[in-house]
Amino acid sequence: MATDNLADKIPDFNSSGGNQGGNGPVDISALANLRRAKGLKEIASVIALAIVVVTLLEFILIWTHTEAYVFPKPTAIIHSLFTDFSTLYWKPLTQTVQTFFMGLIIGSTIGLSLAVLVTLKPGLDIFISPYIIILVTTPMVALIPFLMLKFGFGMTPRVIAISLATGPMVMINSATGFRRTNAELIALGKSYGATEFQLFRKIRFPFALPMIIVGFMVGSIFGLLTAVGAEMVGGGMGLGNRLIYFSSLVQMSQFGAVLVIVATFGVGIYSFFTFVNRKWASWDA
Amino acid sequence: MAQATRIQITDVSKIYQSETKTVEAVKNFTESVQDGEFVCVVGASGCGKTTLLWCLSGLHPATSGTVHIDGELLTKPLPDRIGMVFQDSNLLPWRTLMENIELPFQIKKKAVNRKLVDELLDVAGLKGFENSYPGELSGGMKQRGSIVRALAQDPEVLLMDEPFGALDAFTREEMNLFLLKVWQQTRKTIVFVTHSISEAIFLADRVWVMSPRPGRLSRIVDVDFPRPRNIDLQFEPKFIEILKSIRDDVEGSKSGKVQ
Repeated sequence: MATDNLADKIPDFNSSGGNQGGNGPVDISALANLRRAKGLKEIASVIALAIVVVTLLEFILIWTHTEAYVFPKPTAIIHSLFTDFSTLYWKPLTQTVQTFFMGLIIGSTIGLSLAVLVTLKPGLDIFISPYIIILVTTPMVALIPFLMLKFGFGMTPRVIAISLATGPMVMINSATGFRRTNAELIALGKSYGATEFQLFRKIRFPFALPMIIVGFMVGSIFGLLTAVGAEMVGGGMGLGNRLIYFSSLVQMSQFGAVLVIVATFGVGIYSFFTFVNRKWASWDA
Repeated sequence: MAQATRIQITDVSKIYQSETKTVEAVKNFTESVQDGEFVCVVGASGCGKTTLLWCLSGLHPATSGTVHIDGELLTKPLPDRIGMVFQDSNLLPWRTLMENIELPFQIKKKAVNRKLVDELLDVAGLKGFENSYPGELSGGMKQRGSIVRALAQDPEVLLMDEPFGALDAFTREEMNLFLLKVWQQTRKTIVFVTHSISEAIFLADRVWVMSPRPGRLSRIVDVDFPRPRNIDLQFEPKFIEILKSIRDDVEGSKSGKVQ
């Protein structure tokens, strides 16, 4: 900041942490800005292309006489999805969904609370940030063997790992959102005599909402990654475990079916938060 | 009616301390604003005019010296007596115009003064836009909205920090006329910071000219053109004469020729 213009700049509010700018250590918001297809025509052409790609893949596999254990045909995967869904896939899917949501709820609650804390008490930021950065950059799957020694083979170690994967993402994005709140808006609120809580509820929180939603989106995707990864490491439950199981038996069409379910789950998370973003944060276009 | 002193500024200084240097943004500023008076503050960039305004708002206390509003020492924002308008309209983008106007009422936990809001919206030409989001309004409309938001609180004093600085020239003239109209109707005490000298002369009863480093009051110019004023005023010889003399002051103070 140029000190020359110090006298003319809008005073900031150190006491409230209303510092402008600064995107925090990590800012993963680009995901929310991918362009969506608009209009029937565009959507139809996207779907048509997808059908062409899958069909082409099918024919290439037929022409090249690729064995099912090398690469399963799309039709075989689709067939397995429909015939084996209730017997082979439903139970592991519920297990994965359950651990995922428990981890997400615990992690995001802690993450959001920490974000509020560092916003209201900016001094704490420097003590918490290093751990957050470590947690963000370390693949939480790596903790699973260690957590299993302590907590056994049940859901607990996976829920912990998922919480640790989602929480910091939610925290970093939310804290960035809170911090970015325009200092003049805070001043405006104060000039009307707003309390710190009112400032938070009426100005900071809605202002940060788009970033919070992005935090949840990225956090959830990290969480799913960790959930499936953790199941692959051990514990005998969930979709990740099925991936290991089917590949070890070289049942590749079943393996492909599980993969499709996992991918659908991921896209579902993304679509859900994109929808939420459009619904409640559309002003931030 | 004898005029009462609304704002008394006594020996106000404001010092910003940064790691590398100390800036005296405002130094030994003493002046007063009468009830119902329209004062404009002009000066070169960095002369401390915005800082002075923020000292008057109670948001950012002076380093030394005192500000009295109606004889009462200012120590914190006075939501019921002082309204602020910023360069940016600062309308919350996720609220409609009406919801933005309601915000201060909600913060104060008071019922919305529908009658006053309605009148103000009418004067501002914003009738029919109550349910529009700020993103759907033009720059001028947004700024009128923010003035309505401030006036709906019926404050005695309106502090305006370059409120029309970001608008184009035509919109700006429109806004000046709008502000004068509102002021004539409500007779608020207004302190208006601007870097446009002609805007200051056009609006004000008195113009405070400030000079930078350290920010001081270098001159007070009485502007006694009759009211209501119209936009052609700015082509009158006397207007241009005042304009030129203030401009010379501001330019001179920038290059250090004056004093």
